[in-house]
Amino acid sequence: MENLVLVLPEVFISLSIMFLLILGVFKKNSSKIIQNISLLVLLITAVITFNETFGIEEMILFNGSVIIDYLSSFMKIVTLLAAFLVLVISSNYLKSFKIFKIEYPILILSSVLGMMLMISSNDLIVFYMGLELQSLALYVLATFNRDEIKSSEAGLKYFVLSALSSGLLLYGCSLIYGFTGSTNFNVIATQLNSDQYALTFGIVFILVGLAFKISAVPFHMWAPDVYEGSPTSVTLFFTMVPKIAALTVFIRFLYIPFLNLIDQWQMILVFLSIASMVFGAVAAIGQKNLKRLVAYSSISHVGYALAGLATGSNDGIQSSVIYITIYIIMNLGLFSCLLMMKRNNVYYEQIDDLSGLSKNHPLLSLSLLVILFSLAGIPPLAGFFAKFYVFKSVLEQSMFFLAIVGLLSTVVAAFYYLRLIKIMYFDKEKEKYDEDHSLWLRFSLGASTLLILIYFIFPSQLIEIVSRINMI
Amino acid sequence: MIDFPILSSLILLPSIGALFLFFNRSNNENNLTVKYVALFTSLVNFVLSIYLWISFDQTTSDFQFVEDRIWIENFINYKVGVDGISILFLILTTFITPLCIISINNSIKNRLREFLIAVLIMESFMIGVFCSLDLVVFYLFFEAGLIPMFLIIGIWGGSRRVYSAFKFFLYTLLGSVLMLVAIISIYWITGTTDVTKLYGIGIDAKYQNLLWLAFFSSFAVKTPMWPVHTWLPDAHVEAPTAGSVLLAAILLKMAGYGFIRFSLGLFPVASEAFTPLIYTLSVIAIIFTSLIALMQEDMKKLIAYSSVAHMGFVTLGIFTIQQQGIEGSIIQMISHGLVSAALFLCVGVIYDRMHSRLINTYGGIVSLVPKYSVLFMLFTLAALGLPGTSGFVGEFLILMAAFKDNFLVAVIASLGVIIGAAYMLWLYKRVIFGRLINSDLKGMIDLNKSEIVILTCLAIPTLLFGFYPEPLINTIEVSINNLIETHNIKIVSR
Repeated sequence: MENLVLVLPEVFISLSIMFLLILGVFKKNSSKIIQNISLLVLLITAVITFNETFGIEEMILFNGSVIIDYLSSFMKIVTLLAAFLVLVISSNYLKSFKIFKIEYPILILSSVLGMMLMISSNDLIVFYMGLELQSLALYVLATFNRDEIKSSEAGLKYFVLSALSSGLLLYGCSLIYGFTGSTNFNVIATQLNSDQYALTFGIVFILVGLAFKISAVPFHMWAPDVYEGSPTSVTLFFTMVPKIAALTVFIRFLYIPFLNLIDQWQMILVFLSIASMVFGAVAAIGQKNLKRLVAYSSISHVGYALAGLATGSNDGIQSSVIYITIYIIMNLGLFSCLLMMKRNNVYYEQIDDLSGLSKNHPLLSLSLLVILFSLAGIPPLAGFFAKFYVFKSVLEQSMFFLAIVGLLSTVVAAFYYLRLIKIMYFDKEKEKYDEDHSLWLRFSLGASTLLILIYFIFPSQLIEIVSRINMI
Repeated sequence: MIDFPILSSLILLPSIGALFLFFNRSNNENNLTVKYVALFTSLVNFVLSIYLWISFDQTTSDFQFVEDRIWIENFINYKVGVDGISILFLILTTFITPLCIISINNSIKNRLREFLIAVLIMESFMIGVFCSLDLVVFYLFFEAGLIPMFLIIGIWGGSRRVYSAFKFFLYTLLGSVLMLVAIISIYWITGTTDVTKLYGIGIDAKYQNLLWLAFFSSFAVKTPMWPVHTWLPDAHVEAPTAGSVLLAAILLKMAGYGFIRFSLGLFPVASEAFTPLIYTLSVIAIIFTSLIALMQEDMKKLIAYSSVAHMGFVTLGIFTIQQQGIEGSIIQMISHGLVSAALFLCVGVIYDRMHSRLINTYGGIVSLVPKYSVLFMLFTLAALGLPGTSGFVGEFLILMAAFKDNFLVAVIASLGVIIGAAYMLWLYKRVIFGRLINSDLKGMIDLNKSEIVILTCLAIPTLLFGFYPEPLINTIEVSINNLIETHNIKIVSR
C-alpha cells in the first residue's frame, strides 16, 4: 500500500479525469465548472506531488517499472504548474473562438497524466504508454479549433509525423529488448556494454523518436506548421509542457540505460544540439508570423537544453533542467503578451501587429522587451543565466566547439529578437488593443516578467533545488 | 565608514532613481520635475563618488572599499572594489552623467521620462563595470549596458537609427560572447573568477594566448580598434546628443579599462607576445582614421573618427607596458572623455538650432555666437593636444613611452598627431570662420545658461589637468607601478 501513496498524484489525476468526463456528459453547459475543477485538480496534484514525493532520493516501484526521484518530482511539479497556468490564461481566448468546451481541460489533464507517466517511467513499456497517452491528447488539442482549416491541417500533420516517429521509437525499443532481453531500464543498463551494430541502431531509433517529440533539428519539420495552425492557447501548451516531459525522458534514456554507450550517443547529441541552435536561429529571421517565430525560437532553445545533456555530467543535466525551467517562465510571459494582442475579439499574431506597441501599451511592451532580451540571453536577465549554466557545464568537458557555436548562434538569434523590439519601439503605432484582460493573464505576464528581472538577485535558490538531481 | 557599502550604493542609486521615475507616472506633462529627479539622483551619486576619491588612500595599490558577498554558492561572489586605475573612470562616469541630463533640452521631445530612465540605468551598469572585481560580475555589467544603449540609439536617434542600433548591438555582442567562453574557461582552469585571486594564482602560460585573444575580441570591438571600428561612426551619428556623449565619454573607456585590468593583469605573457599586433592595429587606427576624419562632411562623424584615432593612442600606450605609457593612456582616456563629450555637446548645440550636422551648412558664425566660438575653440585645441590642455599630457606620455619601446611606431604615431591637428583646425575654420554665406544662420542665438554651465564644467577640468595633472597621476601612480612590477615578475619567472 505504501507504493500507492507515491503514485497518488497519478491515481488522483486519472480518477479526476473519469469523474470530469462523467460530469461533462450528464450536466449541460458545464464547461466553466469543469475548467475550474480541472484547475483545482492540477493544483492539488502538484501539492500531493510536493508532499508525498518531493525529497525522495530514489524509489523504484512496481517491479522496477516506475521510478520516483528528485528529477521526477521536480519535473512533475513544473509540468503541473505550467499546465495550470496554460489552462487558466487560455479561457478568454477559447471563449472568443467559441471553443470553450468541456473536452479542452480534460484533454489537457490526460496529456498531463501521460507526461507524468513518461517522467516517472523506468521501463520501455511504461514509457511508451505514457508517450502515447500524451500524444493522443495532443493530436486532438491541435485540431481543437476544428472549423478552422489550418487547425485541422496542423492536427493531421502532427498526427501523421508523430505516428511515424512513434513507430521508429517502438522499433528502437524492440531492438533494445531483443538484444538485452528486458524492458527495464536498470537491467538494460547492465546488459548494454557491447557495441554491436544493432544496438547502436536501437539507440539511434530511440533518439530519433525523442528528438522528434522535443522538436530538435533535423526532426523539427512539424513544429512551425503545427504551432502556427493550432489555437494560440494550444501552441502555448505545446511550446512548454511536452518539452519538460520529453527532456526528462531524454535524460533518463541517456543516463540510465545508455550510460555505458556514451561514446555512441554523445556525437549524436552534439549534432542535434548544434543543428537546432544554428537552424533555429537562422530560420527564425525570415518569419512573419509570431507563432512560427516562436516555433523556431523554441527549436533553438531546445538545442541549448540538449547541449547540457551532451556533456555526460551531472552538472550538464542540472544545467539543462535549469534551462528548461527558465525557458518555460520566459515562454509563459511571451504567450501572455500574444494573448493580450486582441481587438474586438480578433487575435493578432503577425509580427507587424506589434508595430508601435510601446506608444499605446507601455507596460505590455516593456514586459515584452524584458522577455525578449531574456530570450536573447542578455545579462542580467534570467535567460542569460540559463545559457551561462549550460555553457559552464559544456566547457567543463572542454567541448569548445559546441560552446563557441552555441554562443555565436545566440548572436544570430539576438537579431530577430531585436527586430521584434525594433518593431515595438521604433516603428509607427497602430490602433490600440483591448485592455480588458483577465486577472490571471495579467498575473502570469507580471509574474514571469518580474521573475526574469529579479532572478539575478537570487540565483542560488533554483540551483540549490536542482543540484539535488544526481543521475550518475 | 568601512561598513558602509559605498560602491554598491553608487551602483544602486541611479537604478533606484530610475525605479522612482518608473513608478511616478502622475505628471506626464510636467517634464521638468522628471528631469530634476534624474539630475538630483545623478548629482548625489557624483558627490558620493567625490567623497570616495577624497577618502581613497593613494599610497597603496590594494583594492579599497571592497565588498565581498556570496552570490551563487560555491561559484561566484559579488565582489566590488576600486584601486587607482578604476576610481578615475568611476568619477568620470558620475561626472558626465549629470551633464548629460542637463544637456537634454529640446533635443528629446517625446518620452523624456523613458530616456532618463535609460540614462540612469546605463549609469548603474557603467559604474558596475568599473568597480567589479569578479569576471562574471564584470561581464554581467559589461553586457547589460547594451540594452539601454540600444534603446537610446534606436528610439531617440536620427533617421538611420535602426541600422545603427542593430549594428552597435550585434557587433558588441559578437565580440563579447567569446569573452564569456574565456571567462568560463578561466573558471575551469583556475577554479575561481575572482580577479584579485587570479592576480595571485596566475594563469598557465599555455592557455594565455587563446584567452587573451578571446578577451581581445570583445575589447577591440568596444574600444573600437581598426578594423572593427565601423559601428562607432554610425552609432555616434544617429544617437541623440546625450547618447553620443555617454558613448564617447564612458562606453569606449570600458574597453581601455578592460585592457589594463584584465588583458595586462591576467595574461602578462600573452600581452607581451601580442604587443606587435596591438602596435600595428593602433598605428593603422591612428593614421587611417585620422585621414578618414579629414574627409568627413558630417561633424559628428568627424568627431567619431577622431575618437577611434584617440583610442588608438590609448591602446598603443597601454601595451608599451611602461609606467608612463599606461599613465598616459589613462589620462588620455579621461581627457578624451571630457573633450569628446564637450565636442559632441558643441555639435549638439548648433544642431539644436539649425538641425544640420553638415559642415558646409555653417561658416562665419564667429560674430553671431562669440561665447560658443570661444568654448568650441578650447575643446578643439584640447582635442588636438595643445600643451596646457589635458589632451597634451596623455599624448605626450604615450609617445614618450612609445619612443622608448619602438622608434618607428612612435614616429608614425606622432604623424597622427599632426593629422589630428589638421582635421580639428580645419573643422573649426570651416564652421566658425569664413564668410557668412548661409543666410539661415543669421538668426542663430548664442549659448543659453545651461549650455554655458555644461561646457564650462567640462572646460575647467580640461584646463586644470592640462596645467596640473598631479591629482590624476598621484591617484593612479602606485597602482600602475604595482601592475608593472608584478607583470615583470611574472614574465621573468615564467
